[in-house]
Amino acid sequence: MTALTVIHSPIHWWESRVMRRFLSHRLALLGLVMISLLTLACVLGPHLLPYDSLYIDLRARFAPPFTGDHYLGTDPLGRDIAARLFMAGRTSLLVGVSAMVLSILVGTIVGVIAGYRGGWVGASLMRTVDGFLSFPSIFLLLALAAALKPSASMITVVIALTSWMEVARIVDAEVRSLREREFVLAGRMLGLSRTYIMFREILPNAMGPIIVAATLTVARAILMESYISFLGYGIQPPLPSWGNMLNGAQQYLASAPWLAIIPGAAITIAVTSFNFIGDGLRDALDVRDDRV
Amino acid sequence: MATFLLNRFMQSIVLLVIVSIIGFLVLNLIPGGPMSQYALDPGMTQQDMDRLAEQLGLNRPFWVQYLEWAWRLLQGDWGTSFRDGNPVTTVIGRHIWATFLLMGSSTAIAIAVGTWIGIRGATRRYSAFDYLATVGAMVALSVPTFWFGLIGIYVFSLELGWLPAGNMYTIGDGSVLNYLHHLIMPSIVLALVHIAIWSRFMRSSTLDAMSQEFVKTARAKGVSERRVILKHVVGNALLPMITLAGVQLPSVLTGALVTETVFTWPGMGRLFLDSLGYSDYPVVMGLLMFSAILTIAGNLIADVVVALVDPRIRLA
Repeated sequence: MTALTVIHSPIHWWESRVMRRFLSHRLALLGLVMISLLTLACVLGPHLLPYDSLYIDLRARFAPPFTGDHYLGTDPLGRDIAARLFMAGRTSLLVGVSAMVLSILVGTIVGVIAGYRGGWVGASLMRTVDGFLSFPSIFLLLALAAALKPSASMITVVIALTSWMEVARIVDAEVRSLREREFVLAGRMLGLSRTYIMFREILPNAMGPIIVAATLTVARAILMESYISFLGYGIQPPLPSWGNMLNGAQQYLASAPWLAIIPGAAITIAVTSFNFIGDGLRDALDVRDDRV
Repeated sequence: MATFLLNRFMQSIVLLVIVSIIGFLVLNLIPGGPMSQYALDPGMTQQDMDRLAEQLGLNRPFWVQYLEWAWRLLQGDWGTSFRDGNPVTTVIGRHIWATFLLMGSSTAIAIAVGTWIGIRGATRRYSAFDYLATVGAMVALSVPTFWFGLIGIYVFSLELGWLPAGNMYTIGDGSVLNYLHHLIMPSIVLALVHIAIWSRFMRSSTLDAMSQEFVKTARAKGVSERRVILKHVVGNALLPMITLAGVQLPSVLTGALVTETVFTWPGMGRLFLDSLGYSDYPVVMGLLMFSAILTIAGNLIADVVVALVDPRIRLA
């Protein structure tokens, strides 16, 4: 009776072992604080700043940061960089998170099916994963982005299309190790459908690695967006993104270095935060350390 | 060993087929497919397009077209560049050495520095150095390569004036020193991410090797710690790194493309972007396929080398 009481005493999620371990991971906390502040700034910033991100003022071109009322200076068209940075952050973070959701969805479905079915189906799915991984991701990204209509949602799809493979591999390995466990056998004996066993019985047990992969995929997706937008094939102006703010920055490097420094620092902070959080989650959830 | 080699070789062939299917799908995703280069020509009417599609066999079943395309690829007929009419293989051949030079020097830097950091971190686990290396690696993995390049140019070319801001050599000066001078910054920029990856893997690989029984035996025999690490641990820790070098190839190529753009380095990455800008799809496709084949070959070679070096695999 006592034992039952102990089990039924409510354990809130914030008191759980995983949560305690995550909260004792200093870097992960730092990442969480940084990304929260950055997101808050991107949501609220544009409303608080006196300038619109698209307002062109040719009399105020190339104003350096910390002078006048342009806190972070202005760009070659005299647009306020602080306003642009926060609006760009909305785009970049949204693209990053959406691309993550898509690639986790695709990667998980492929991984679960490949891992549970095994055999011919599993092998051909995983060889397709290998095939996609054989291309340098940026070549595939650029070729697709150049071929398709470069809208923000299309860029999201294209990034997801080149980053689901890692997730599929992780889920496949996880599911294969769970496939022969007793609870799966019990499910089969009960006559549960294959889909039910795959997605309702096995998948919840593989959530740890998926959560970690999801966090690291956001980091990767933000980086990829910045790469292709920097090269001119990603998010198209006038919609600002951290990557396309850097697009013309190199030619002004000598006279206006802040054009390059500021958006790049924002990307680095965002990506570092997600990598820190991912690292903390990996420790907290006890996920095997086989990625960097 | 023969079975292993044969197996591994067959796997690569299968992968090659899959890669070519993906490549073919991408080619056909491009609006207008293989005819895209003519689609924008105002001299072409729809009737002309239809007739050409008929002539070129583009209205036949998909898999027939694929087989023919793959067959031409196998024979070395990769099409001709839309931009200058040269065969795609020739165009790629002109740019390949610049990329290999960059990749080679940056991989050498990454291996040397990454291995050193990894071993030092593992032998002094939880020291300040180890902690800094761990955090540093995570930050290094988060820095966009092109941004690191831009900062490098700003500091070392524009402010300090120590290193050239781009290109492979100064026109009119083709000396080896001049090449090296231009090579320093791009190869360090490209190496940053890979130093991080190598050091992380080397650290865990060294820790694995240090927990092996033979290390305990060596220590029990009274072998000095330095000798244990250098002779017994490092060799075994480096073995999985050979595989890593193969696996990392696509990401090195990705980095090379970005680095080459920032430093106007005349390699395959720049060629890819220029071709994309000119809608020169035969070259784009050629580079896509070539880089995938390079990756598959790289992984195969890495696995064979591991098998040759490691008797446990060779004899199994």
